[in-house]
Amino acid sequence: MATNAHSGRVLRIGAGASYAGDRVGPATELARHAKLDYLVYETLAERTIALAQLQRLKNPDAGYNELLDDRFYAALPHCRKNGTRVVTSMGAANPVGAAKRTADIIRELKLAPMKVAAVLGDDVLEYCLAYRDELKLMETGRPLASLEGKIVSANAYMGADVMVDALQQGADIVLTGRVGDCSLFLAPMIHEFGWKMDDWNLLGKGQTGADMVECGANVSGGFFADPGYKEVPDLGNLGYPYLEVSADGTIVVTKVAGTGGLINRATCTEQMLYEIHDPANYITPDVVVDFSDVTLDEVGPDRVMIKGGRGKPRPAQLKVSVGILEGWIGEGMITYAGLGCVERAKLAEKVVRERLEIEGVRLQELRVDYIGLNALHGEASLPRQGAPYEVCLRFAGRARDKRDAVKLANEVETLVGKGPASSSIPTKTVREVLAIYSCLVPRDIIRHQVVMTEVA
Amino acid sequence: MKTFYLRELAHARSGDKGDINNVGVIAYEPHYYPLLRQWLTPARVKAHFGGIVKGPVTRYELPKVNALNFVLEGALGGGVTRSLSIDPHGKSYSALILTIPVEVPPDLAQELIERGRRPIDAG
Repeated sequence: MATNAHSGRVLRIGAGASYAGDRVGPATELARHAKLDYLVYETLAERTIALAQLQRLKNPDAGYNELLDDRFYAALPHCRKNGTRVVTSMGAANPVGAAKRTADIIRELKLAPMKVAAVLGDDVLEYCLAYRDELKLMETGRPLASLEGKIVSANAYMGADVMVDALQQGADIVLTGRVGDCSLFLAPMIHEFGWKMDDWNLLGKGQTGADMVECGANVSGGFFADPGYKEVPDLGNLGYPYLEVSADGTIVVTKVAGTGGLINRATCTEQMLYEIHDPANYITPDVVVDFSDVTLDEVGPDRVMIKGGRGKPRPAQLKVSVGILEGWIGEGMITYAGLGCVERAKLAEKVVRERLEIEGVRLQELRVDYIGLNALHGEASLPRQGAPYEVCLRFAGRARDKRDAVKLANEVETLVGKGPASSSIPTKTVREVLAIYSCLVPRDIIRHQVVMTEVA
Repeated sequence: MKTFYLRELAHARSGDKGDINNVGVIAYEPHYYPLLRQWLTPARVKAHFGGIVKGPVTRYELPKVNALNFVLEGALGGGVTRSLSIDPHGKSYSALILTIPVEVPPDLAQELIERGRRPIDAG
């Protein structure tokens, strides 16, 4: 079967993960069966790198993806056999530590010789602290210095260029910290096809394909099924997607035959719009992408051809995610069932509010949910007929001081025995708030560095 | 004029960026798209979301893929990383938008009913 409208070489790039804790098996399946040129693992949500930074502060050898061992033990033998290179943000807050561990795995599995690159340069904490009075937060318009709490990390979204550098130096595995999610996929395209870094339309086409798979299985049937409306075959055995990229920027998104899930126009359209604002101006570090004229054609089973993506010059500034410890969240849940369950839950809410008053618990914000009635959509929920058989009452409160968060959770816990009759046993949690804010920094403050380890 | 939930005409996905949520709404069939475009005004979407959206709602049109993209500002309880909600990302907002009632012209209503879709007043 012809894979593309244009003849010539087709580059195959797999999406093996789309967040830190993503499944391990599907990437291994891609590495075994998809004849990939590149396997990409994207593993950094907004907050992941800040959490990793906290881990690294406790243990200097930690701070990279906790599933790196699992992923690489399973996939690297296939990658080595099939000549598949790996590009991944699993380096998180410690790309050098991740590279060191990867080199150990390569030796242990006897896969040498291989070259492992750690790409540094995204950590701009020092710069941000130095300019905390000047840098404006995108969320509030106020300076970084206005934040209350301890700033623990600041990482710039680097572009594909830093990974292209590592690939040109011959890296078989590239481990980064914070980079644009799509840039992980764009880097191999630029490297293999020799695309110019200012050929905005080609880069725009590349990023359109990258955007389609950067959330992994979200394009291949994940987060899509709605029985009676949108059916997904074999959802439990969901296959992860890969791209077939041609030098002219025509891209097909597909998956390994025999895996579960599906790829069609509907799944691709949902994913194209996911986390997009103005579709004519989707900002990435490498190019501003214009999706307005994208067309999606079903060219075979689980095969969609993407055409029509365009690009405009890249932004002069790079986005930075700043991680800050802002306080604590205490949470408690208790479930009531049977006749009158909602009335008992309402009484329980009244009791907890009174207890917070009596105990002088100081909260910045308190939220009370009736799970089963309107916890997700509040007053916008559809009105229901009759009373539910059971309802889960949930309290969540944010406090500056950990003790206040603990007190809230405890007041929910003591509802059993001291609140209304007949409930489940409550559950409670207390966690630290690691909030993320954003600002922009000039692109030229980034001085990236490739640290290469040759495993002989 | 019969009224159907938007769910009978379109599917949707929502996602987050800071305190902003976006909801992509995609017509099941290309000929449903003009009705969606006419009915789903930013004001109607904002009203439907009740108190959830504190800021403006902006709509972008993608006619080549029969889709509308709604950007909801101030919709995530102060931001994903500090929200107290059990859905801090607003990933369930796609389900909320599909509960919007849409008045459907007779021809199209007939087509929907033939496809096994039921209007709201039919229970």
